[in-house]
Amino acid sequence: MSLNKNILGLIFANMHEDAIPELTGRRTMGSVLFGGRYRMIDFVLSSMTNSGVDEVGVVTKSNYQSLLDHLGSGREWDMARKIGGLHLLPPFSNVTSGMYRGRLEALYGITDFIKASAADYVIMSDCDVVTSFDYDAIFDAHVKSGADITAVYARANLDLEAAARSNVFGIDEDGRVNNVMINPQISGECNVALNTYVISKTLLMTIISEGASKGHYSFARSILQDRCGEFRIMGYKHDNYFSKITSIKTYYDSNMALLSTENRKKLFLDTNPIYTKIRDNPPAKFAIGAKVRNSIVADGCIIEGEVRDSILFRGARVAKGSVVKNSIIMQDTVISRNCTIDSVITDKAVKISDGKILTGSSNYPIYIGKGAQI
Amino acid sequence: MYTKKECVAMLLAGGQGSRLYALTQDMAKPAVPYGGKYRIIDFPLSNCVNSGIDTVGVLTQYQPLVLNDYIGNGQPWDLDKQYGGAHCLPPYQTALGAEWYKGTANAIYQNIAFVDRYSPEYVIILSGDHIYKMDYNDMLQFHKEKGADATIAVLDVPMEEASRFGIMITDDEGNIVDFEEKPKNPRSTLASMGIYVFTWSKLRQYLIDNENNPDEDKDFGKAIIPNMMNAGEKLVAYAFDGYWKDVGTLDSLWEANMDILNPNIPIDLYDPDWKMYSRNPVLPPQYIGENAVVENSMIAEGCIIDGNIDFSVIFEGVTIEKGATVTDSIIMPGSIVKEGAVVEYAIVGENTVVEKGAKIGARPETVENRDDWGIAVVGHNMTIAEGQVVAPRQMVPDIKKK
Repeated sequence: MSLNKNILGLIFANMHEDAIPELTGRRTMGSVLFGGRYRMIDFVLSSMTNSGVDEVGVVTKSNYQSLLDHLGSGREWDMARKIGGLHLLPPFSNVTSGMYRGRLEALYGITDFIKASAADYVIMSDCDVVTSFDYDAIFDAHVKSGADITAVYARANLDLEAAARSNVFGIDEDGRVNNVMINPQISGECNVALNTYVISKTLLMTIISEGASKGHYSFARSILQDRCGEFRIMGYKHDNYFSKITSIKTYYDSNMALLSTENRKKLFLDTNPIYTKIRDNPPAKFAIGAKVRNSIVADGCIIEGEVRDSILFRGARVAKGSVVKNSIIMQDTVISRNCTIDSVITDKAVKISDGKILTGSSNYPIYIGKGAQI
Repeated sequence: MYTKKECVAMLLAGGQGSRLYALTQDMAKPAVPYGGKYRIIDFPLSNCVNSGIDTVGVLTQYQPLVLNDYIGNGQPWDLDKQYGGAHCLPPYQTALGAEWYKGTANAIYQNIAFVDRYSPEYVIILSGDHIYKMDYNDMLQFHKEKGADATIAVLDVPMEEASRFGIMITDDEGNIVDFEEKPKNPRSTLASMGIYVFTWSKLRQYLIDNENNPDEDKDFGKAIIPNMMNAGEKLVAYAFDGYWKDVGTLDSLWEANMDILNPNIPIDLYDPDWKMYSRNPVLPPQYIGENAVVENSMIAEGCIIDGNIDFSVIFEGVTIEKGATVTDSIIMPGSIVKEGAVVEYAIVGENTVVEKGAKIGARPETVENRDDWGIAVVGHNMTIAEGQVVAPRQMVPDIKKK
């Protein structure tokens, strides 16, 4: 970690919400629950903490109650600071801001915040990617290459559906982005954008004011795509483990991928601990007769029944005689006795009464909304 | 806001806990891990917060590094305050010289200035040696209603155990009329829990008088309480009937952990109305593997479990490999139990490695002479070699023999 890096982090909490409308009905993309004890924003925010980016603005638009609740003062990420620290940036925070339509417009709304920062560089990230970003290395590459913009991408095999919810880069031999495809109708191996950019503050301010005067709102369209000949946009290949949420199916698969010890080792690096809000739950309790195999279990769970190939978030309960498999059981969900739950995603605080049988399929898991009683 | 506090807590956390031997070589007893994610001191600290006491002086002396680091600014217990909050109070140097805390009373005496900053009406004295959930505010109200000068919390213990405790003899109205430390023939079964509420102005004077009398012990049980009684002050007993466990010995520490697994014993850590707070580790959730068999146990964050676990308390960041067996045991944070190792009726300290095929402890029924049996203990940061056997009641390192 280099000292005095002078970078402002910007996290866009609402982008890509339409990929998983079920889960973002009442919350931002950043506050979608993931991996047993996390929210999506934890991955980028922790990476920023661990890379020494200690001034961060979280840009949000709507539905942000859960985001505010989760982040609080930012203390858990070491971001409750006198100098720098975490700043929540809701819309309508000043005269220029409002309900933005895209990244560029959102940036326009926080012009004053960016101006006030002493940082020379800005790193922008979204909350749709589960990974450990090494912002240090990304920043160093940006400075070394002398790029106008550094755009982070990864090599990945996308199907039609995932590609249609992604941006894909064409990259020349020198590593320069020479083509930007937005939500393309393609499939196969490609350079998928991870929606993470480094740019100097000066250039960013210019882009923002130009965009505002022309009525442009999309950073991807009006800057990356339209001006990739004019700006020197360099690709940065992210080689760490990642998964990108583009649908409820990829959300499900990305969670289940954590059942692989190899994947967990790649995501949860010793050098990049992932911080999250503390709930002060006691450890998980396994009762007499509990049977748990190949599952992730968070603090505060009480398991009396059987759990296989599943992810249990903090405070989930599985009563005697119940079988839970291939499922994602979110925070404080209670599964009463003698239920069979297979390929189901239960949102927070769902109550399933005795004897219910709920079966989805791994390519189409059933989703049960927050607080539902079945 | 910056006026005064009605009641300040003084938590005696300097104890060595010498009867925990290997576990307290590098840390004070209140810092010893308990219950899967806690340390003993989390109980009095959480009780304070849940009782509405937001000013706590933590008196440290023996091996304070782990404890100081753990308590920090008190934030995990909501005890980071502009006025009040948690404060570690080690012995210090004055213009007249420096001395260690010479006893429980002297530790408070040396911190009169700390207490005076808050001008409290009352002071509650706690120790970092016990596992229990108690509303100190109820005890404080009782103290006020009785118009007492000192209130001592007592637990009704079985007669056969009474001689292990400080025993209070009371009259019909609950006034303490006599006091015996570990009596051979107990006259009562009311055992002192080491929790005292004092009217501060009274206690303050008794502490000063005690300090000025070189012939007296500098201890609550040996000097302050008898002195107050002899002077005719009003001392009352406050009866407590919940779960309370002194974890001063290896056996009692083991038992207290096993008590959490017993649904019939009333120490509910899951009660949302009386949360136990602690400093939380930054670790991913635990993973229970394909080969794991886990029953009747508590397991904390960051563990990777692929072995067999029964009747055990597993702290954060522990790895139990495939084919390893842990039963009736406590595995403290960060330790690894490798393939084929067997841990039974044992306490394994922090960051210890139990190599393949090692055997620690044994079930009592497998030992011919029951008198030879006991909990096996491995200290912190140890390595038990491949195939090594740690017999029941054995301790590694063997502190007892030193």
